[in-house]
Amino acid sequence: MLRYFAKRLVLGLVTIWFIASATFFGMHAVPGDPLAGDKAVTAQIRANLEAKYGLDQPLGTQYLIYLGNIAKGDFGISYTQENRRVNDIIREHFPISATLGILAIVFAGLGGVLWGALTALYRNRWSDVVIMFLVILGISVPSFVVAAISQWSLVGLNVAAGTTVLPIGGWGSVWHMLVPALVLGLSTMAYLTRLMRSSMLEVVSTDYIRTAKAKGMPATQIFSRHQLRNAILPVITVLGPAIAGITTGGFVVEIVFAIPGLGRYFVQAIQQLDYTVIMGTTVFYGAFLVFMVILVDLLYGLVDPRVRVDQ
Amino acid sequence: MLALTENTSPNRQLAKFFIIAFAGVAALMLTLHYAGRTLSGGSSDVSAVDEAANSISILLRDEPPQLDSSRATDAISGMVLGHVMEGLVRMGLDSRLEGAVAKDWEVTPTKATFWLRDNAKWNDGEPVTAADFIFAWQTALKPETASEYAFLLFAIKNAEAVNKGALPASALGVSASDPYTLVIELERPVPFFDKMLVFPTFYPIREDFYEATNGRFGADADQLLYNGPFQISRWVHGSSMTFERNPHFWNQDEIHLDTIHVPYITSDGTASLNFFKDGRIASTGLQAENLTEAMRMGWQIRQHRDGTVFFLEFNHRPGRLTDNLNLRRAVQAALDMEEMVYKVTKLPGYEPGVSLFPGWLMGVSAPLREEHPPQKVVPNLAAAKDHLAAAMQELNLSEPPQLVLLAGDNPISNIQSEWVQQSLKAKLGIDVKIDKQIFKQRLAKMTSGDFDLVLAGWGPDYNDPLTFGDLFASWNKNNRGRYNSPALDALIEIAQTRLEPAVRMRAFGDIQQHLIENAVLLPMYERGVTYVVDPRIRQLKRRVIGPDPDVSRAYIDTSGE
Amino acid sequence: MSATDLTSDHFQRLQSGAVVAQTARPSLSYWADAWRRLRGNPRAMVSMSLIVFLLAFVSIGPSLWRVDPAAQDLDQIGIGPGADRRVTLAEPFQQWQPSIQDIALADNPLGFTLAMPANTQAVRLIWSEQLAQQQQQPRYRLYRNLFAPSDTGSFGLPLAVVDRSWFEDRLDLQPGTYYYTLVALDADGAATANAVTQTVDVIRVISIAEARQRGLLDAEETAELGQSLELAWHPLGTDYLGRDMLARLMYGGQVSLFIGIFAPLAFVLLGVIYGSVSGFLGGVTDQAMMRFADFVVALPFLLFMILFKVIFGIGPGESGIWPMLVAMIILLWPAPARLVRGQILQIREEGYVSASRLLGGTTSYVVGRHMLPNTLGVILVTMTFQVPSAIFTEAFLSFIGMGVAPPTPSWGAMCNEGIKSMLTRPHELLFPAMLISVTVLAFNLLGDGLRDALDARMRGSE
Repeated sequence: MLRYFAKRLVLGLVTIWFIASATFFGMHAVPGDPLAGDKAVTAQIRANLEAKYGLDQPLGTQYLIYLGNIAKGDFGISYTQENRRVNDIIREHFPISATLGILAIVFAGLGGVLWGALTALYRNRWSDVVIMFLVILGISVPSFVVAAISQWSLVGLNVAAGTTVLPIGGWGSVWHMLVPALVLGLSTMAYLTRLMRSSMLEVVSTDYIRTAKAKGMPATQIFSRHQLRNAILPVITVLGPAIAGITTGGFVVEIVFAIPGLGRYFVQAIQQLDYTVIMGTTVFYGAFLVFMVILVDLLYGLVDPRVRVDQ
Repeated sequence: MLALTENTSPNRQLAKFFIIAFAGVAALMLTLHYAGRTLSGGSSDVSAVDEAANSISILLRDEPPQLDSSRATDAISGMVLGHVMEGLVRMGLDSRLEGAVAKDWEVTPTKATFWLRDNAKWNDGEPVTAADFIFAWQTALKPETASEYAFLLFAIKNAEAVNKGALPASALGVSASDPYTLVIELERPVPFFDKMLVFPTFYPIREDFYEATNGRFGADADQLLYNGPFQISRWVHGSSMTFERNPHFWNQDEIHLDTIHVPYITSDGTASLNFFKDGRIASTGLQAENLTEAMRMGWQIRQHRDGTVFFLEFNHRPGRLTDNLNLRRAVQAALDMEEMVYKVTKLPGYEPGVSLFPGWLMGVSAPLREEHPPQKVVPNLAAAKDHLAAAMQELNLSEPPQLVLLAGDNPISNIQSEWVQQSLKAKLGIDVKIDKQIFKQRLAKMTSGDFDLVLAGWGPDYNDPLTFGDLFASWNKNNRGRYNSPALDALIEIAQTRLEPAVRMRAFGDIQQHLIENAVLLPMYERGVTYVVDPRIRQLKRRVIGPDPDVSRAYIDTSGE
Repeated sequence: MSATDLTSDHFQRLQSGAVVAQTARPSLSYWADAWRRLRGNPRAMVSMSLIVFLLAFVSIGPSLWRVDPAAQDLDQIGIGPGADRRVTLAEPFQQWQPSIQDIALADNPLGFTLAMPANTQAVRLIWSEQLAQQQQQPRYRLYRNLFAPSDTGSFGLPLAVVDRSWFEDRLDLQPGTYYYTLVALDADGAATANAVTQTVDVIRVISIAEARQRGLLDAEETAELGQSLELAWHPLGTDYLGRDMLARLMYGGQVSLFIGIFAPLAFVLLGVIYGSVSGFLGGVTDQAMMRFADFVVALPFLLFMILFKVIFGIGPGESGIWPMLVAMIILLWPAPARLVRGQILQIREEGYVSASRLLGGTTSYVVGRHMLPNTLGVILVTMTFQVPSAIFTEAFLSFIGMGVAPPTPSWGAMCNEGIKSMLTRPHELLFPAMLISVTVLAFNLLGDGLRDALDARMRGSE
């Protein structure tokens, strides 16, 4: 078991190296000039700037320096925010994205299980129809449309109430997170609801439920001991990838709700060709994903005795 | 489906699950609430105007990259620095130059002398002295600083040599005869030297503090020393800022607000409008799509021309199709800028472009454009077709050429480039290929000359027509189309070196005429800003030169209009 | 009838092997069975017909609705479906040099009045000069409003500050009622109480030459001023540049559906090849190939999608569809590859494969007859479910300004534009958003149907 994870860890490091290299050579293949400004500068200033960011070195040397710095956990200095370190940027903005992501996952997970179980129980009744309709909306409307409309509705709500019922953007208190997290988790929640519903229905027709029923086990116990527990398993399986997707996919919500997360920062950095921020963010997120996957596998092995991780 | 006929018990189970889940979420959110407060400092729920706290809230479009005045280039940094720093002179509420740290000054062709007031202080209580200005300017010019705006200082003796690294910073022609007298030797006569000093590059920096920041000067709220009306008490990157009144500022009488909040930083126009509607911010810009909504809400809509001119620049490098005068004039005669402003951009305050020189620039005694009215180019399809035919003959083309239009990736550029494309296609049969690029790539392509047409804009760096006038000089690196005309260069030299206002203004008039006649560029419009302001706020100043918007002298009208 | 006349003719010999009543159902192949089950699923069938309709909409549509999606009808910008199209013929626009004396001023404190009938070319207003005290030149601020100032409490849109006694408004004039307010300013430029509001009705006009140019009038047809015509018809309205929404939705759909269908097709195909090679070869090669796939899976998708878009760039005049497609293929092939490899590994151990081998089936026969058909179902389902996410990815990229280049329309880009004018012109958001939703929904439901129909475990049960 330990050896298995040691192996996974080594592979993870190799994966991060792969990501770092792909980003580095990708970035340097981009046409355009990260040092260009609105005003043209003299050759001397230009040379100084290049020296500051190490752009005067040959590409190979730059690559080695870059790898060395990553190994030390140093992503360098931002091009646009000239005296901020990329590490600081990640340290300040990633917790925001992560908090939002965690909340979104919690909403998605709990909501998905709840609605999924409900729709399965009330199959083909009106509540099933209503929930499935909402689920379909959640799956089929682009997230930026949902985000824009929910923000607009919040404004309407606040204006109608004459006071701030819920803040419409920004970051700070838990109230700021509520709506953005719901919007962010919406599509995952919809997906999980469908998954939960079908897995509930599948479990119902299994032999062990039939056996339990035949034994005369009370319906309550069947539901909690067998049905719910077994139906949740596939949901947990997809939660791992979903966590990754949500924490790195908060761009839209962060832009619309003016949330200072790392995603919004990344989009700005791309517009500005801020090499160091782009590379730093990508490598950081890549590493984050890699370790999340390992972590989820580990947890999964602990939760479900049928899964042996050392296989 | 068996098992599910009796629903009561699973219902109870579900209800239990629901309650547990709800409690869990509540607990998690409570945790996040406290964690979030410690993590980010929070953008808090301040209102647009808080009479009790004597504070207002505004929004920033972007976060200032950094607040080192010697390196600041962008409008956002300029706006923030304008509230927390003060130079020798500043633009007053009546848009006239007034003394700031300097109480009096004198500019002669060879030198400028500034007498500093002795009660101007840094926010740690130390006085602002001439040495702080000298240090700031030397820093801006040092090659290691790599300041983009160092060229603004080139009027000072030896400045260019210092910037190139040929001379040490100490050789710069500025000196302090005593702590409160700053003497500047000029490299050449610059009649508008005092007007240039409002720019952030000329703000003071105190040496001991600068050195103590260890290269992080201006990166955070506590990495900056303030001598302006406000100081930054909190700066949560990408999220929020708070300005508080600087107790050591010398001119307390002019300052009314205690706090200025910047609770949000976003460039999303819809979000800003929503924040204003929700009473979170005191002012926001409006896009054409929002005007109806603003009118319906009965908001106080205002407009301001921000002094920037946008134009269609041609690539004049030899061998380019657009090097051909007839082709340029065909495009010039075909495009109806009035149509674009009135029907495409649809914002009041935008003025159809007629000249490189915007209307607000002053001539000798009246606006430059009144003293030297630009020749009006009337769109004329027949003439355009004639020019095109002539151009095709000269260029040996059998069909109308294809042109590449380089454009930015913002929505306004999208609309405009689509309009240019469709107009030229429909009127002249010229195929325009739009080359949409992100900011840095567009700049790189402009510099390397990889375009035929480019949508570009130019804002003033100082309050003199020369800030626009020398743009197409053959030696100007910002002349991205590399227009090269000895005749134009000669005119620019007159404008740069002569001192008599009348002669200079005539030279600008001639430059304007040259640019129009030779279709060097096609002015598209002067940009206007349409915005709304909370009616309780007074003296929110929009400016062409200096911090924009300027709320440093704003106050809350409690009379309740 | 007499019973005696039986001859041998009455007796015939039965043919051997004659048809006897069959009680077994016809034998169905896997695919026929799947098709039968799919047909029995009404939701899947509705989705399928929706998809066929959408494909027809974007492919055949443009040849039926022959309107150039790039043509800008600047007289009808942002109009909704079914907007009034009437237009009156008028003189072409002329620069206005008013002679104030000729025009009778209105009877109000500023003499503020309309100089001539207002139309969409220009609204011309004049007033009398009034000097404030100690003022060398009078100044006025002119406002325009769509709502009565008395209702909203503001004068509306400030058009200009003028120091003469006339003004010509040409800004975005639409047929309808406007409220113009003239406010006299004092020497400091502050508003005085001296303000007059005038209601102006604007009618839409077009010059005869323009009408001819746009084909509203035939070349030989005579026309006189004041005659009423109808402007071009836009059944679903127009966008922010007066371009026909219906045409743009059709062409935009080509882009969105192209990305949506071809990207999954391409990367699933690549994944199938990669995965089956890897699964079939097995051993060290398999390990190495799968490790590489793991690397690619580890790349954060949206980040790299944006990165690739920037790396590939979009050349002048290009739409940017190909870079998007290539980026998607590069990033998304490993998932189907893993899936197919897993399937191949599993099927390889199945009894019928061993049986087929034992009976002398060659490798190519085994692969072609057993392996691929048995994975095809899974592949098909995966592909169907990838279509919505590809469409969403395109829309997302458009939202952050990294989508297709103008003037190429796409549903995502149209949504993004539409969001800005959501409050005043909802149709610009509604139509593309609806088309995206319908497409995504149809593919999702079809995917569900396909999975149910193809899932071997579900065969014969239900």
